[in-house]
Amino acid sequence: MLYREAGQFKTSYSADQAMLTIPLDRWFVFGLAAFAIVGVPLLASEYLIASILIPVLILSIAALGLNILTGYCGQLSLGTGAFMAAGAYLAYKIATNITWMPIWLVIPLAGLCAAAIGIAFGLPSLRIKGFYLAVATLAAQFFLLWLFVKVPWFVNYSISGVPTAPPRSVLGFDVTGATATNEAKYLFVLAFVIALAWIARNMARSRIGRSWMAIRDMDIAAELIGIRPLPTKLSAFAISSFYCGVAGALWAMCYINTVEPTAFDINRSFQVLFMVIVGGLGSVLGSFLGAAFIFLLPIFLNSAPGWFGYSVAGDIITHIEFMLFGALIIFFLIVEPHGLARLWQIAKEKLRLWPFPY
Amino acid sequence: MNRPEHILLSVKDISLRFGGVRALTDVSFDIREGEIFAIIGPNGAGKSSMLNCINGFYHPQEGTITFKGEERRQMRPHEAAAQGISRTFQNIALFKGMTTLENVMTGRMLKMQASFVEQALYIGRGKREEIAHREKVEEVIDFLEIQSIRKTPVGRLPYGLQKRVELARALAAEPELLLLDEPMAGMNVEEKEDMCRFVLSTNHELGTTIALIEHDMGVVMDLSDRVVVLDYGRKLAEGTPDEIRGNQDVIDAYLGVSHD
Ligand SMILES: Nc1ncnc2c1ncn2[C@@H]1O[C@H](COP(=O)(O)OP(=O)(O)OP(=O)(O)O)[C@@H](O)[C@H]1O
Ligand SMILES: [Mg+2]
Repeated sequence: MLYREAGQFKTSYSADQAMLTIPLDRWFVFGLAAFAIVGVPLLASEYLIASILIPVLILSIAALGLNILTGYCGQLSLGTGAFMAAGAYLAYKIATNITWMPIWLVIPLAGLCAAAIGIAFGLPSLRIKGFYLAVATLAAQFFLLWLFVKVPWFVNYSISGVPTAPPRSVLGFDVTGATATNEAKYLFVLAFVIALAWIARNMARSRIGRSWMAIRDMDIAAELIGIRPLPTKLSAFAISSFYCGVAGALWAMCYINTVEPTAFDINRSFQVLFMVIVGGLGSVLGSFLGAAFIFLLPIFLNSAPGWFGYSVAGDIITHIEFMLFGALIIFFLIVEPHGLARLWQIAKEKLRLWPFPY
Repeated sequence: MNRPEHILLSVKDISLRFGGVRALTDVSFDIREGEIFAIIGPNGAGKSSMLNCINGFYHPQEGTITFKGEERRQMRPHEAAAQGISRTFQNIALFKGMTTLENVMTGRMLKMQASFVEQALYIGRGKREEIAHREKVEEVIDFLEIQSIRKTPVGRLPYGLQKRVELARALAAEPELLLLDEPMAGMNVEEKEDMCRFVLSTNHELGTTIALIEHDMGVVMDLSDRVVVLDYGRKLAEGTPDEIRGNQDVIDAYLGVSHD
């Protein structure tokens, strides 16, 4: 007996409402978290931690954020990069100007600033929907990035305009900047990932999550049962931008070690959107699967030919990458809007009935 | 209920226009506490528009609506919901991507008070409320016999069951006045019988006042205590099912159309 959903009965609603209703699931997630905290820093190579795990985890936070807005609340946004940039620039500004503030506080504070900006750019969502809202968020993308580049105040008038992340520590260990070890950065990022994923899951199963989904599925009916569209949509914009802001701050502080605009351009917005679509709209698990998948696919494509002794020109790989992404997006949008997370669920449902499928 | 004279909702001289279209003209009637009140009339008579005025979705140009003694010209839909008016729709308005359970839970939305932080951390009221309201919602789910589809996304349910889930969502709000817009339309005989049974037991066991729109005359005559007939946006008649059946205007205007 490997993994069974059948025969798992709950005796109270609180048990049924628990986040992970199957003990095996619960132990799996706890085990995974424990392994991520203890096992990975001990076992994983520097390359794996610095070049794969850290960026994938940070992008998972951004994907969670966009999923809250687009997957749960149904508001399409192409401004993810800009909200990440807001987090990155403001984290830098706060960290360098309020030097006594611990970095673990600076990053959520930068997230809050991004949330405020998100609310401002979410205001049009009361009047416009779908394609037109996407265009409005695109305006946010270009405007905010332009602002951060043009106003030197954000980078403390640094000559290059691309300042390096200041070194800051938690419990005596450097976690940001060039001096920090990869393990310390990884654990610092992981702490945010665990907390934010847990909070996202809590929101999804509470009143606020249901009101987002109600607005997404039928806003008129939602209003008739007492959900106020404006505060509901704005809360989604705020929380989504908070997640993106935290992701942007971590990206600058713990991954690339600089604050630079190209890291948060329109391509970033599309990358995170693809993660959400491929991973699964309206799914916490999907945000992680999508982030890992979209980030790893190009790396895989680049190294796979080498494993079989072929060598393929770089530009061909890039083209294959574009084609694959295009095909995947179309596939998931049309065939399986709930993405990889849904495919995983279908596999579980099949297992539930196995070996007596009818 | 043994105080049928007590008026829960009073509609006075309501007129509603859409540009040149007069959807309702000077319509007045009272709905008494504890009764099942039917609104009937041919297609386009303005029945749905009437319900939309009552729960604040349409704003009539003239007239007043008095609910629980409080007179108003218009209100916002979420205010009507907060005051105790719930409804179902002619074209099902469920949240398709959510499960039955989640849909019914949205009916409790206005009764939940946990702060954002309590919800995000699932502590204190955030957790207590989820469990307490889940118990209430399970009662409604038992009442309407939809236990087996609890965790099914409603988009995958057949039409008849979707109608039932929609009723469940409305009942979860524990309304004082329940507005049902053609709850049995498009159902087969068996589903209709089930729905009639649920409407009656909602009225008898929960004591909910119900205003319903229905085209099936047999159903209307069986279920309702009183009936109002609309035609071209005007009130044609009002009375008990027997009185309506004997009313010559109604026979001419409404029943008359289908007697051949
Ligand atoms: N939102 C609207 N905009 C314009 N006209 C409307 C609107 N809603 C209703 N009407 C018009 O008002 C009139 C009454 O419509 P209503 O839907 O209330 O009729 P009904 O009695 O419910 O009919 P049915 O039995 O077909 O449901 C119709 O002429 C309709 O076209
Ligand atoms: Mg109608």
